[in-house]
Amino acid sequence: MNISLDTVIFVVLALVIIVFSVLTVTTTRILRAATYLLFVLFAAAGIYFQLNYSFLGAVQLMVYVGGIIVLYVFSILLTSSRNMDDRTVKVPQSRFWTGLISAAVGFVICAFLILKNTFKEQVFEYGEVKMDVIGKNILGMDKFQYLLPFELMGLLLLACVIGAIVIARKR
Amino acid sequence: MFDFSIVTSSIHAWLSEYLSQGLAIFVECVAVGIGILALYAIIAIIMIYMERKVCAAFQCRIGPVRVGPFGLFQLIADVIKMLIKEIIIISHSDKFLYNLAPYVVIVGSVLAFACLPISQGLEILDFNIGVFFFLAVSSIGVIGILLAGWSSNNKFSLIGAMRSGSQMISYELSIGLSVLTVVALAGTMQFSEIVAMQSSGWLLFKGHIPAVIAFVVYLIAANAECNRGPFDLPEAESELTAGFHTEYSGMHFGLFYVAEFVNLFIVSAFAATVFLGGWMPFHVSGLDGFNRIMDYIPGALWFFGKSFFLVWVLMWIKWTFPRLRVDQILQLEWKYLVPIGLVNLSIMALCAVFGWHF
Repeated sequence: MNISLDTVIFVVLALVIIVFSVLTVTTTRILRAATYLLFVLFAAAGIYFQLNYSFLGAVQLMVYVGGIIVLYVFSILLTSSRNMDDRTVKVPQSRFWTGLISAAVGFVICAFLILKNTFKEQVFEYGEVKMDVIGKNILGMDKFQYLLPFELMGLLLLACVIGAIVIARKR
Repeated sequence: MFDFSIVTSSIHAWLSEYLSQGLAIFVECVAVGIGILALYAIIAIIMIYMERKVCAAFQCRIGPVRVGPFGLFQLIADVIKMLIKEIIIISHSDKFLYNLAPYVVIVGSVLAFACLPISQGLEILDFNIGVFFFLAVSSIGVIGILLAGWSSNNKFSLIGAMRSGSQMISYELSIGLSVLTVVALAGTMQFSEIVAMQSSGWLLFKGHIPAVIAFVVYLIAANAECNRGPFDLPEAESELTAGFHTEYSGMHFGLFYVAEFVNLFIVSAFAATVFLGGWMPFHVSGLDGFNRIMDYIPGALWFFGKSFFLVWVLMWIKWTFPRLRVDQILQLEWKYLVPIGLVNLSIMALCAVFGWHF
């Protein structure tokens, strides 16, 4: 049995993701759910770093950990009126079963796809993608380059910002 | 310049003789981790001593002098006092989050600390997106502060955390813009390459006007990001007791305290690396004799010298200016620093494209 360091790290990260994603949905306190989600996103970033895709890992940290989670925590802090007892309402029986069934169906579909698909031989490629390659791919107009989606995303975010200002301004 | 990668690669070769490749890397990771935590603690102690002395000087006092020569052992006594204090557990609080919060702050701070190149070949995390990674991990600390404020179940803590959160999120924008300005000039985000390209002159001088503006904007925003100086609203003693760490005691408070001081060092060291050349000695292109003399001073000395100089500048600002109101803080950021940063970035883009720099 030959266990490499890569495998050990992957197993640890995968366990962290599994355990904390289950905890995220089972905990009854909303701020704890946000914290467990934070750990899941951390571990996902760890997997990107392990795959030597440090750009995506840093984006994961910047956008999800430093942005989305902070946003979640902020909105929880601003909206939750009951201080420490912010436990969720008990889920009714019918909704529990629908949730369980849809989760099971989702699991079966995912498992089917994963087992059915023939993957390429797995390789750890050492070495990083050059920064200017990523930049040119994001802002290029050739084949397999992403200027149009990038601009669309920018437009969408601008619309969000304007919408937020319109809603927030009460004049 | 002495290249530390000779030392590190020889250690790696020596370990590889006895252990398998994976195990050798693991042992090295553990050793580096212990080393960085030790350095972190030492810098925290130096910073606290420096803060006391500088603060005393600005207030026409002497500072600690009684314990040991120049009051040096005062800090050791303080560290021991902090370590043996009782950690109070509050009854009506979310204990898991309450205990977790200081560690989230510390993790973000240590990760950012690991990015800084101390001397040639003595860098721990050196990705090709190093600067971006640095900005990403330094934004983790906000979560720890928000969690601390919430889980303490105290109105003062919560208000302090909310203020701190909004302030840090806002000023991250200015930091990003000013750093982007330098990246546009340098053309790379890797710390080692940024330092290496300053061998013919520091970026502050190479990028002349836009670089100087970016430097000033960075220093203001970095000071606010550390919740210090005129921007220490989140822990304004007179209104909020101690802000988000009101309820913390013992070493949990100590972790917040240490993280705050080392964050000040980290932002200064980052500014020193990006604008003032990091470990790169002061070089003037053309004066080869002068450059060679400068090369005899070791890189680590240059790095720490520049960093502590910037720390001193930030402390000077802290003990000189009165505290801002919360609306003034947000106004300064959104109405002044962000527009200045955006205009400055476009000026720098023009300079970089047309080659109007040295």
